[in-house]
Amino acid sequence: MKRVWVCGCVSVWAAFAACAADIELHGFGEYRYGERVEDQSLEGYRSLNELRLQGDALWYHDLFTVQLKGALIYDDVTAQRDDVDLETGEGFFDLRQANILVSPLSWMDLKVGRQVLTWGTGDLVFINDLFPKDWQSFFLGRDDEYLKVPSDALFVSVFPEFVNIDVAYTPRFDADRHITGERLSYWNGQAVVGQESVLLTDRPDDWFEDDEVAVRVYRTMGAFELALYGYHGYWKSPGGMDPDTGQWLFPGLAVYGASARGPLGNGIVYVETGYYDSFDDREGCDPFINNSEVRLLLGYEREIATDLTMGVQYFVERMLDHDEHVAALESKMAPTDTVRDEDRHTVTLRLTYLAMNQNLVLSCFARYSPNEDDGYVKPTATYKISDRWQATLGGSIFFGDDEHTFLSQFRDNNNVNGSVRFSF
Amino acid sequence: MRIVLITGLAIGSLAASVMGQELDANAIVEKANRASYYAGKDGSAKVKMVMSDGRTREFAILRRNADEGMGQKFYVYFTAPADVRKMAYLVHKRPGGNDDRWLFLPALNLVKRIAPGDKRTSFVGSDFLYEDVSGRGLEEDTHELVETTETQYVIKNTPKDPGSVEFSSYTVWIDKESFLPRKAEYLDKNGTLSRRVVADKVETVQGYPTVVESYVEDLSAGTKTVNTFADVKLDIGLKDRLFTERFLRRPPREVTR
Repeated sequence: MKRVWVCGCVSVWAAFAACAADIELHGFGEYRYGERVEDQSLEGYRSLNELRLQGDALWYHDLFTVQLKGALIYDDVTAQRDDVDLETGEGFFDLRQANILVSPLSWMDLKVGRQVLTWGTGDLVFINDLFPKDWQSFFLGRDDEYLKVPSDALFVSVFPEFVNIDVAYTPRFDADRHITGERLSYWNGQAVVGQESVLLTDRPDDWFEDDEVAVRVYRTMGAFELALYGYHGYWKSPGGMDPDTGQWLFPGLAVYGASARGPLGNGIVYVETGYYDSFDDREGCDPFINNSEVRLLLGYEREIATDLTMGVQYFVERMLDHDEHVAALESKMAPTDTVRDEDRHTVTLRLTYLAMNQNLVLSCFARYSPNEDDGYVKPTATYKISDRWQATLGGSIFFGDDEHTFLSQFRDNNNVNGSVRFSF
Repeated sequence: MRIVLITGLAIGSLAASVMGQELDANAIVEKANRASYYAGKDGSAKVKMVMSDGRTREFAILRRNADEGMGQKFYVYFTAPADVRKMAYLVHKRPGGNDDRWLFLPALNLVKRIAPGDKRTSFVGSDFLYEDVSGRGLEEDTHELVETTETQYVIKNTPKDPGSVEFSSYTVWIDKESFLPRKAEYLDKNGTLSRRVVADKVETVQGYPTVVESYVEDLSAGTKTVNTFADVKLDIGLKDRLFTERFLRRPPREVTR
């Protein structure tokens, strides 16, 4: 597969070179450094120490648009520096985009290849956006761009008169670049572990068999945007475990949801909901597979003072077979004291302040779960020194009392980080 | 009876002349608004902003007037510098209400809805304000014709809700012939001249007098932004469907050429 990609890239580059006049070439070089501020016994004290050279080529043509974007990385912290894995992003090269967009009909767009896909309404809360995410990058403090993992997909959009329809077909399951213990320590069901206990997964990886389909049907009514969503594939991060092998699994998942977004008062209000059908264990009697869930998000954003914007969200995830799950664990003599509550409530707050003619952006995202009594704070400051130079300072701070809850398990990974970027 | 009639007529004509003057000021700003923001049915331009510290903003802009009424749609596609390149910005302007605004962030492939903001804040970090670019609602000020020179009308504008803006009043010099505003000067709450917007180069494009260079000076901060418009085209037949989420995610050829 790697060879196919390399050949593809080379031929696209050759085509680019042939028509150099119509092509935009840009990119940046960046150095990023981060250090852990808490216990450093499970991972090293350096959370980040990397150089990145990212290139972005765009070819606009009347008949198509081709995009190619990739990064050469020297990552001083990782152990896997030499082996390039385009699926997991490991190694010295990360291919972010390699796609072609065509419009065969005036009411149809087709985009084929490696692309970043996003939809839905939440701010760092995703219900119907089941495209892969890189939580590791995000918590380590890399740029927000890297939270989204590219998908190798066919994306078809049709725009008939009354609705718009998007269909994303991913022929081979694209999992999240989830936390594994290699770079960030986590709760493995018994203890918080790190590099000495890297999570092993059994990922569905057969082409055209272990595939994913995501659909969105949307339209606007007045100033409101309404959407329906569907997804058929797998839990994107490990959502189950094989007790015999100890390997983590990606059980089957279907999601059906809806969202609405529009103006309210002097702000933007949105609501999104989804039913998560964990169809490999619909009754909830397998204690090692995620329950089905219902998720609901309410959000509101508005400017509260000049150049100061506030966004608040309430998010709830309800397990649909909590009692069965606890009973199943008991029947296996497994501990039940670390089972999560039936409902996990979360509130988030984001404040963004633009200062110095918008050259300094101060942003703070905070997330807190009142029933798990844990949370996460991510402050960032971005300063645009000039059109070419930019510097950032940021942090990732997890807090909570218990080792096993959703966010508190990452406490040892609390870090501060900074970067300098030169764009061309 | 005759007296009543005559008196009636007299009062009527007096009222008409007072009304006539008021109507003049309002008619002038109405025409100026149309000349500066509504030329043609639609249009496109490439814009470059240069700020006094050397920073730049370059973008292509598309505009389409609503078939009826004063509504408008704008599409802005940024080409430089790097931190905003490929971002796209969509505005559905609703006169008298809050504009609907969306921002497309290409790295995340994310279409973000933007909360209606203070319209008197900086447009993309320049000295231009959002309202300078999209136009200020005529109904938000009272307009007074303070002087008529040989070539220009001078209109003083006083906000009806002084608490909502940073200025106490502003004066606009409008060309009699083209109805294009050529200069606007803003007085702050102390009555000191604090801000100046000047349309210093005007060319006729397809029969429409069009500003091709303007600048704004923030006199209290001592900064300046120069705005140049290139490739101005009018009445190019832009379709309404360009101003939708589809084309936020995949910029149309009209802005990528």
